Amino acid sequence: MHKLATIVSLWMVIASGHSLAAGSALVPAKQNWSFNGLFGTFDRGALQRGYQVYNEVCAGCHGLRLVAYRNLTEIGLTEQQVKKIAASKTVKDGPNDEGEMYERSGRPSDRFVMPFANKNAARAANNGAYPPDLSLMVKARVGGADYLYGLLTGYQETKKGVEIPEGMYYNKYYPGNLIAMPSPLVEEGIEYPDKTKATVKQMAQDVTVFLSWTAEPEIEQRKRLGIKVLLFLIILTGLLYAIKKRVWSQLHN
Amino acid sequence: MATTGEETFESQPQEGETRRDFLTLATGAFGAFGVGAAAWPLIDQMNPAADTLAASTTEVNLEPIQEGQRVVIKWRGKPVFITRRSEAQIEEARKVPISALVDPEKDEDRVQKPEWLIVVGVCTHLGCIPLGSKQGEKRGEYQGWFCPCHGSHYDTSGRIRKGPAPTNLPIPKYTFLSDKLVRVG
Amino acid sequence: MSKTNQTNSVVKWVDDRLPVFTFMQHELHEYPTPKNLNYFWNFGSLAGIVLVTMIVTGIVLSMHYTPHVDYAFDSVERIMRDVNHGWLIRYVHMNGASAFFIIVFIHIFRGLYYGSYKAPRELLWMLGVLILLLMMATAFLGYVLPWGQMSFWGATVITNLFSAIPLIGEPIVTWLWGGFSVDNATLNRFFSLHFLLPFVIVGVVVLHIVALHTHGSNNPVGIDTTGNDDQIPFHPYYTVKDLFGLGVFLVLFSLFVFYAPNYLGHPDNYIPADPLQTPPHIVPEWYFLPFYAILRSITFDIWFLDAKLLGVIAMFASIGLLFILPWLDRSPVRSARFRPIYRQFYWVLVIDCFILGIVGANSPDDPVFSGLDGFQFIHLGMMSTAYYFFHFLILLPLLSVIEKPDPLPASINEPILGGGGNAALAPGKPMEKP
Repeated sequence: MHKLATIVSLWMVIASGHSLAAGSALVPAKQNWSFNGLFGTFDRGALQRGYQVYNEVCAGCHGLRLVAYRNLTEIGLTEQQVKKIAASKTVKDGPNDEGEMYERSGRPSDRFVMPFANKNAARAANNGAYPPDLSLMVKARVGGADYLYGLLTGYQETKKGVEIPEGMYYNKYYPGNLIAMPSPLVEEGIEYPDKTKATVKQMAQDVTVFLSWTAEPEIEQRKRLGIKVLLFLIILTGLLYAIKKRVWSQLHN
Repeated sequence: MATTGEETFESQPQEGETRRDFLTLATGAFGAFGVGAAAWPLIDQMNPAADTLAASTTEVNLEPIQEGQRVVIKWRGKPVFITRRSEAQIEEARKVPISALVDPEKDEDRVQKPEWLIVVGVCTHLGCIPLGSKQGEKRGEYQGWFCPCHGSHYDTSGRIRKGPAPTNLPIPKYTFLSDKLVRVG
Repeated sequence: MSKTNQTNSVVKWVDDRLPVFTFMQHELHEYPTPKNLNYFWNFGSLAGIVLVTMIVTGIVLSMHYTPHVDYAFDSVERIMRDVNHGWLIRYVHMNGASAFFIIVFIHIFRGLYYGSYKAPRELLWMLGVLILLLMMATAFLGYVLPWGQMSFWGATVITNLFSAIPLIGEPIVTWLWGGFSVDNATLNRFFSLHFLLPFVIVGVVVLHIVALHTHGSNNPVGIDTTGNDDQIPFHPYYTVKDLFGLGVFLVLFSLFVFYAPNYLGHPDNYIPADPLQTPPHIVPEWYFLPFYAILRSITFDIWFLDAKLLGVIAMFASIGLLFILPWLDRSPVRSARFRPIYRQFYWVLVIDCFILGIVGANSPDDPVFSGLDGFQFIHLGMMSTAYYFFHFLILLPLLSVIEKPDPLPASINEPILGGGGNAALAPGKPMEKP
């Protein structure tokens, strides 16, 4: 079996050696997220601050079409708060008895209202660039939460020799470095009700936590269940090993 | 593997037996629990999903409904009959002696406001939708609803009076949000 | 077929009319199995269990999935978010596919090492290769269903392979698509076939097992069992060993399902399919990478055959030649334990397949080692593809002639001459029972 081990480690060396060499964008640094690891959970405070950042900064251009307002109870908001949030949104519904579409206030069972009517409207409003939906963003990018945090904090003045076209911005973590989204976060751009200082880093971190939750709302449940399943299986496997040893020992008589 | 180990086992066969029995039992119990636990998600997935449960309320504007008129709305994929009853209809529902009913229930217990009767429009016999909500449809002998499938007659309180259905038309959970707005569910 | 001694009268009544209990007694209980099987023999039954798991979770998922281009992606996300335990069932199905391939690859390489494909097990082996082909088809079809970017472009690239066939290629692709691009008609038929194929696999697996039980398992020594001393009943020895192996597998599998469910997937598949934009790197699922590398390694024309067609031929041939493997390797000795030269080249083949996997994961024109720009992945791919075919088509027939195998023991109970530290206690054992 040592041969197999050698092969696997050789494989790792080649594979990792290459990934370091690839790409023009920097690889974002790993952050210490509370939802990493065997027992990972979301920090409710960060989730709620992150929702606030999304709502006040991102929601103007980016949708969250897979998330419903009712889901916000999972980030620690009360039913009343969720109802209030939903009611403050205008939802297009219909057709009514006259066959007309009409507008009504949102309900918790509604999905997040999209900022634009459709993709074309979104492009038209953003110089031809389509602001992607953020529901699954953390799962849909290599690097996940680290990448998103890196992107939000990775805006820079242009590097020497790099020409920035009109309407583009330089970001050291974005593939190709030229991104159509201007740096969305500014120092103290919003005010947190819990008095946390709204630095760019703080906001980037909070909104990344929030979007990690929108991408993988099952993560806490998954990890809690995982521990139980693993413990159970390890014990069961141990018992099976004992039986196996016992049964096979008869053979040597 | 070693011969000495085998001899040890050989010299204490009884202890080995009991240990094996306990082992087998414990492992069997563990395994059975594991199989059961693994089966549960596969069964539970057929229960209503979170979005289905969340979307199970419907708001109805009562403004356009005239006296004596009946409307049908859809709630949880089923019809709900909403009737704005006239004085005569209320009178008719209330004068019936309780003892004459198949499924004894006072009309007062079936409505929040006497004017508004709200019932689930599914025949309690085998799930057909009774006639009588639209103009000109047969309303049965008691001027309520009539189920065409097996001939159940309901009265103006949605109670079963004649035919094979065992119980009255059920009342859904509903709340008057205002005088003219009701939320079903 | 002898009857079982059943005391239960109901069991007896049923067994008289339909001998299922006798069958189970024979094939799962008494079934004589070589006593020296090592843990590499666990992977067959393990693959069977994973197949059943895949079918069960798949049927459950199909209760919630909508095979329509407008709803497919969202219906999968609804499974992940709203359906009770939906995320668990989907992650088991998703990672189960990878687990199935890992297990089957190990199962195949075990067969290669111990010569399990040799007479009288040629058909057993060929049925196994057929199962691999069906699995690959099923996995490909299934990967299309979530209708993410990788689903869509994977489907586009793979179906376009058929356009390499001269004359009838284009009509075949149009026929596969049911239109002029991968679209709703394609998604619908892929769903239908993805549902169907696993049951075809079950059918072939049954034949695979019938063929296995005709001559019994091969064993690490590779010689035929000579009598009862070599064999033990399947139950309890191998049932309990297989269950223990299953436990170990489940622990590892749970680590993926609960802690790294997307580790083996590609982030792009969480972006809904967009027919107007191809992702910058199209990579198939990891289990297709070696074959993908072979496909891309042919960059030259031969006679009238262009590189595209040759690549497709090479890819299919890489599996196709496994069908004729029993006739390529004519060495009378099964187990590599007694084949000193083959044993070395076996490991070269294993390394070669890993390298093909790495090549498949990388862009062909990227350098293999940074700083060594002249040596690109395409070159490494060509070399390893060449070795793959050299191994099967030239080396194995050649070794059958020139290799001098080590002396074989007389029975699997007898230790290898001069090898193993336990030589002292084994002799005499076969003689204990008359």
